[in-house]
Amino acid sequence: MNTMEGKDKTNVDKNNKYDRQLRLWGDHGQAALETTRVCLINATATGTEIMKNLILPGIGSFTVVDGQKVLGEDAGNNFFLTKDSIGKSRAKVATDLLAELNEDVHGDFLEEDAEKLLDSNPDFFSQFSIVVATNLCERALSKLSNHLWSKNVPLLVCRCYGFIGYMRLFIKEHTVFESHPDNTHEDLRLDRPFPALVQYCDSLHLETMTSKDHSHTPWLVILYKYLQEWKKQHNCKAPNDYKERNKLKEMLKKGIHRNEEGVLEDEENFEEAIRSTNMALVPSKVPSEVEKIFNDPSCTNLHSESSAFWIMARALKDFVDNEGEGALPVRGTIPDMTADSERYIQLQQVYRKKAAEDASKVSQRVQQLLHSIGKGADDQVEPLRPFMPSPSSDGHTSLFSSVGLISEHEIKTFCRNAAFVRVVRCRSLVEEYDNKSTKLQELVLHLDDEEPDDAVFYVLLRAVDRFYEEYNAYPGWYNDQVETDVSKLKACLTKLLQDWGLSLNIKDDYIHEICRFGAAELHTVSAFIGGVAAQEVIKVITRQFVPFNNTYIYNAMKQTSITLEL
Amino acid sequence: MEDDWSGRWNHIKKFLERSGPFAHPDFEPSPESLSFMRDVCRILVIGAGGLGCDLLKDLALLGFKNLDVIDMDTIDLSNLNRQFLFRVKDVGRPKAEVAAEFINTRIQGCNVIPHYAKIQDFEESFYRQFHIIVCGLDSIVARRWINGMLIGMLKYEDGVLDQSSLIPMVDGGTEGFKGNARVVLPGITACIECTLDLYPPQINFPLCTIAHTPRLPEHCIEYVRVLLWPKEKPFGDGIGIDGDDPHHLKWIFEKSLERANQYHILGVSYRLTQGVVKRIIPAVASTNAVIAAVCATEVFKIATSCYLPLNNYMNFNDTEGIYTYTFEAEKKENCMACSSIPQTFAFSETDKLKDIIDYLIESPAYQMKSPGITTSVNGKNKTLYMQTVKSIEEKTRENLKKTLKELGLVDGQELYVADPTTPNSLTFRLNLGSKME
Repeated sequence: MNTMEGKDKTNVDKNNKYDRQLRLWGDHGQAALETTRVCLINATATGTEIMKNLILPGIGSFTVVDGQKVLGEDAGNNFFLTKDSIGKSRAKVATDLLAELNEDVHGDFLEEDAEKLLDSNPDFFSQFSIVVATNLCERALSKLSNHLWSKNVPLLVCRCYGFIGYMRLFIKEHTVFESHPDNTHEDLRLDRPFPALVQYCDSLHLETMTSKDHSHTPWLVILYKYLQEWKKQHNCKAPNDYKERNKLKEMLKKGIHRNEEGVLEDEENFEEAIRSTNMALVPSKVPSEVEKIFNDPSCTNLHSESSAFWIMARALKDFVDNEGEGALPVRGTIPDMTADSERYIQLQQVYRKKAAEDASKVSQRVQQLLHSIGKGADDQVEPLRPFMPSPSSDGHTSLFSSVGLISEHEIKTFCRNAAFVRVVRCRSLVEEYDNKSTKLQELVLHLDDEEPDDAVFYVLLRAVDRFYEEYNAYPGWYNDQVETDVSKLKACLTKLLQDWGLSLNIKDDYIHEICRFGAAELHTVSAFIGGVAAQEVIKVITRQFVPFNNTYIYNAMKQTSITLEL
Repeated sequence: MEDDWSGRWNHIKKFLERSGPFAHPDFEPSPESLSFMRDVCRILVIGAGGLGCDLLKDLALLGFKNLDVIDMDTIDLSNLNRQFLFRVKDVGRPKAEVAAEFINTRIQGCNVIPHYAKIQDFEESFYRQFHIIVCGLDSIVARRWINGMLIGMLKYEDGVLDQSSLIPMVDGGTEGFKGNARVVLPGITACIECTLDLYPPQINFPLCTIAHTPRLPEHCIEYVRVLLWPKEKPFGDGIGIDGDDPHHLKWIFEKSLERANQYHILGVSYRLTQGVVKRIIPAVASTNAVIAAVCATEVFKIATSCYLPLNNYMNFNDTEGIYTYTFEAEKKENCMACSSIPQTFAFSETDKLKDIIDYLIESPAYQMKSPGITTSVNGKNKTLYMQTVKSIEEKTRENLKKTLKELGLVDGQELYVADPTTPNSLTFRLNLGSKME
């Protein structure tokens, strides 16, 4: 069998060209990326760096909106503008040089000021999968974010100001079930073994096995058996503290075979059982993040407009409340462990089969729920993600767009990831700019120390915006006005804090440093934000991994960063 | 400056010609910082791959004019999703050369000198030309080697470090959505060897699992790669596996699938086979952009003193939200590379030479690759074992089985160890009698 056959050449090339990222987000993630239309507002250094990191992995198309002509300083800090382009349309030059990065991506531009375009044709922006805006003033940003919020188009706002980088994500609701967490707790159910697991473990007898089989029995089975033994001796209770767990480990140690001279045999599987005891005895329960989703009104009150995510979340909740007896569907995977192939695969099958049974129960609930909200076979629901892979007969994945009802495959994937489903809801700009916002009050916790954390730069950037509103220039922009701007900026900051009702003392050092920046855009700060911003866009598009919520500050002076919810 | 145009350095100048409360205490605002960057400062970039491409762009736009870049690789199609200085037409050409051409064309006045070579091809005199060295490498051995080179170049006078012999090193690394960046001031702050334990151990499957009890799809692929290929010689005698040859991969994939089916193991795919055989590390443009940006910013700080450099290690991960963690990695008191404390190891007379070799490879503190050992007997050099030269390996192989006593080694004997992880040989004092745990 050759997977290469039957595919055309460009397909083979794409497999190879995108190989290193396909291993992270899969063919379905890539397919989602390739249908994406991204709009960039303002081809600043930050803007083009973000686009670079989206064009390379292969988004569908991009459109640059920028009404400015290239200045000498633009060509000085932007890789996608050159000396020859000074005086030409910044949108056009940047689009040409960006498009050259990847022949699979279509580039387009509009030489027009974003704010003017918003006034004349706001719906222009609604056609995109996501809008990325750089260096917008507060007034233009308000208009843009309010408009896109009402149209449900995600917006990522980025800004690089001296040695500080800033990002703000606006997205009403973002649901993820392929969050790919780094460290996952295994789902082994030793605390509540299901009948097939009990049956399998009981079918093996450590006492009567050959020593070869004894040393190749999966540790899961060994631990199960010793746990039953322990429970017999302790009123059916599992070890529940450090001391008791150590006693159980002692029992396991005694189970290791000895040779004729009484020396312990090298039984790696028993060692593994002892090492895994603590991990395996952690009770199976629904993670708090998932619990929150179960209690979310979108989950408890399904209606005809509910998305596939929420229908499945509800089916999951109902499963947990009923046949799951308080637990999520079994994940169906086990870690590798010392064992002979045969029994390892048998044990793996026990878990896989249980996972499939649980998923099919969830699936029945999904069908019932669809029926109860009046969805028939010919209706559509908002899909879980743009593309779902489905296993084809030869075990490889093929792609199809998942319009229509929820497929068995989707449900299985959802169940396998049940412990890691996530919902991200960002607040709107209106909420952020509300002076009475409790989030603003919470900033005090970051700033009342002698050494405030990087949240201080959020406050300072807001003060800078106020300065700009008042003087139509940035503090420290002109070399001969740095000193006078310090006191002006300080006044803006004081007024801002007053409006928020905060009594805070922010050291003058910060105000001086912000004036030193003079709104300069350092290329490497842009490059940093260019990297993180692009990845957040990819998360939003592929619905894989978890986006930040909702404000990110990067401090290049100290190489530190912070995420705030504002 | 003839290459310049009006406004070119407006952004940069704000940091160089103005001071601020957070600037380095020694910082003096002046136009000379920029002239230094333009006319004097020489930076070496090691690696023209994922990090290297971004590093060259970043440094050139910061105003560094004289850049050298070393890379021993040629361009592969799978580089193009992130190594943005390369196009389909460049596949097969040396990375260093194409990267240098691109930057020199795009950034007016920039002079990138490419070296299509290994770092080991250059001597101390080459490295001494640079003010700062930046690494964008995917190999730990290469990192350790350059670290050893820079430490070997330090000069001390009456035990005091001669600052002019110190070349700062900025090092970046990425894997998928994770990355790190660090600043090493050789001899002063933690070096690569001081923090060897920060690198995750390489995962190797035990041979008996591969041969007798496969459980994972990876075990099946390793079986074909390690055991079946040398036995069946599918493409002729003496032909090793070429991970870039689709015929080789197809053969391995099919045989792996056969073995997996025999054991009812699911999950062997062409992509997985390729990943295991070539030991592929996933990579994306975004992480490389982030880490390269951090490294280049640090070079800017070190070259101009506009801010204090990173002290000294930053971790990055954007799988769930965006996470960074910055800390000061500590210098290891008895570091084999940057401390002056002599290394000792304790063995007993009945231990064999092989035990010493194994220890050097397996010990987390040394993690050597193929150590060779020489010693001095009656003023004459004696090679006890050397793996890197085939004829010497054959002649000294017998020594591996001999005990230290049989080899005539005595308590306090000095052993000189050479290894690809370092350009300098290390001196170990043998402590016989009290075996260490």
